[in-house]
Amino acid sequence: MPKSYRDGLPITPDKFVDQLMRLKRGSISRRDFLGLTGLGVATAVMARELGIMPTPAYAAENLGDRMSIATWPNYHDPQTFENFKAETGVAVEVNVFGSNEEMLAKLQAGGSGWSLFVPTNYTISTYKKLGIIEPLDMAKLANFDGKSEDARFTAEGTIDGTIYAVPKNWGTTGFAVNTKKLAKPMSSWKEFWDTAMAEADGRTMVHDYQLTTIGNALKYYGYSFNSLKQDELAKAEELLLKVKPHLFAVSSDYQPGMRAGDAWMTMCWTNDGAQLHRDIPEITYVLGKEGGEIWTDFYAIPKDAPNKPAGYALLNYLMNPRVAVKEHLANGAPCTDARVNALLPKEVLDNPILYPAADLLKPLEFGAAATLTDPGRAELMARFKSA
Amino acid sequence: MPAGSQPAFSMRRSLFRKNLVTALLLAPAALWLVVFLVLPFVAIAIFSVGERAPEGGYQAALTLAQYANLPARATAFWNTIVLAPAGALACLLVAYPVAYYLALRAPQRWRLILLALIVIPFWTSLLMRTYAWMYILGGRGIPALLAYVGIEDLRLINTPGAVLLGIVYGYLPLMILPIYVSLERLDRRLLEASADLGATPLATFLGVTLRLSLPGVMTGFSLVMILLLGEYLIPTLLGGGKVFFIGNALVDLFLQSRNWPFGSAIAITLVLVSVVVLIVANRISTRLSGARRVDLI
Repeated sequence: MPKSYRDGLPITPDKFVDQLMRLKRGSISRRDFLGLTGLGVATAVMARELGIMPTPAYAAENLGDRMSIATWPNYHDPQTFENFKAETGVAVEVNVFGSNEEMLAKLQAGGSGWSLFVPTNYTISTYKKLGIIEPLDMAKLANFDGKSEDARFTAEGTIDGTIYAVPKNWGTTGFAVNTKKLAKPMSSWKEFWDTAMAEADGRTMVHDYQLTTIGNALKYYGYSFNSLKQDELAKAEELLLKVKPHLFAVSSDYQPGMRAGDAWMTMCWTNDGAQLHRDIPEITYVLGKEGGEIWTDFYAIPKDAPNKPAGYALLNYLMNPRVAVKEHLANGAPCTDARVNALLPKEVLDNPILYPAADLLKPLEFGAAATLTDPGRAELMARFKSA
Repeated sequence: MPAGSQPAFSMRRSLFRKNLVTALLLAPAALWLVVFLVLPFVAIAIFSVGERAPEGGYQAALTLAQYANLPARATAFWNTIVLAPAGALACLLVAYPVAYYLALRAPQRWRLILLALIVIPFWTSLLMRTYAWMYILGGRGIPALLAYVGIEDLRLINTPGAVLLGIVYGYLPLMILPIYVSLERLDRRLLEASADLGATPLATFLGVTLRLSLPGVMTGFSLVMILLLGEYLIPTLLGGGKVFFIGNALVDLFLQSRNWPFGSAIAITLVLVSVVVLIVANRISTRLSGARRVDLI
């Protein structure tokens, strides 16, 4: 939530007038007036911006008092941002998104106001191509250690040898089931879609996200999760249109519905699956045996970031294994960083939701960059939603 | 120098000053309209004859292809054209008795308080109030209460009924206020005259009260309907994203598929539809109020 415009002001308008009247009456000196009203600081800042006074070399100190991050629902430990504020004085405004498309749209339009955001692996090449993200200045990210990262998950952050994004965590896209309502064991996307039209009628959620909703419908027929083939997409569309009237919702924010018991089954990312299962044990997480998505989420800094120093400072803070471990305990997705894994409790590392068996991981596919910009998939999604 | 030229000159000067003052007073509003209405509209019109860039966004072109593609959103247009008047009608059915009570039946000293109670919810944003309904209708709200009395697994949220409820709740004051104003001005002697001439209460209501409040009804109806034509929030939050208005199609075109030209073409079409609705509503309302001028004195 954006805060009031008054938050950044050194003094309230009323108090300012108060001090001004005191100055006019001569009861305070001009120097005190400038100090009390913050005008002195403002003048100093102006002078520095205008080059009248030299900029201090310790740029890291000049972080401002606020920054904005774009990320996913239920993705961070809120305490992380509170701690960051306590340490640096920078308040973090968190913007939550339901799809990579939406993040890209905001960045393409310009003026997003974000100084840090969390894109998924397959989108980074497009961001780089469009010149929206900047090559990371690794000197400012002393806490990042490339050698401790699992290369399986980090490759797409580096393009032509330049690092554009560093990983947050990886995960899978499966589905969550409330086993109290749907007792029959399920293990495939075919069962997911068939159940949605039968026992889970009116109680199933799919993502408001073309990649996973179309991708997992493609898996019903055993096609590639990333397919762009006309005939395969037509089959997926047929299934989606058939399922549509039986759905509870088309939304990527499915935790509230699952927790309230309105929804009994939903497409689900690892971290949400882990959180739901932790709080409500009868909600289980299933990976379709046909395959589906495996992903890595990264941190990247937009080229037009209004507060790059704070963006780098927060990113560096998040790369500190001691901070990251708390993030992972709250978020629930598996980490790419061996230093963090060393700090995680054993029951987390043994959790099959986070670390599925090898035979379930094998058929999973990373999202393909082409799906992000393909107009055919976008239109299919629109037809599905408007049906 | 002729004697008369001095006052004429000063008169002209005062006229000029008056015009200048008028122009200065109008300037902020005019500037506002140009910067935030006319220029964006021109930009959208230009986008609408362009093409989608390969990675999404806009790419310059001169084509009507986007307009030719409008049928691809026919369902969304159809939903809007059916649901906007239906929502406005539902609003009207709820609002009219309330406005009638406020204007003609409520005790004078309560009237202001009751009006305030109707307006106060408007101080909270529509988003917040709609979110509140998500929790009232959600599984831990009314269905949880009903489970106590043995009605299990009832689902209220994400149904067409929930969307309709949200619409009526959200826009009710916009319907009540204009009807209230037109009923409040109603000359009670007309009601007495109607009764004296032997009309039944129902005939008096239909022939006098309802007829004379029709301009208020039309104002409220078109106000709510215009807003519903661009509705996006309520179907998303209370309909689970399954009820797809043209407003939702617009949001998706800009935020998901990043097809600015097609989105712009739909936006232009929506503006045209809204203008047509306004003109028709205005026509009906003038025709009805033409018969309204009845003076007893």
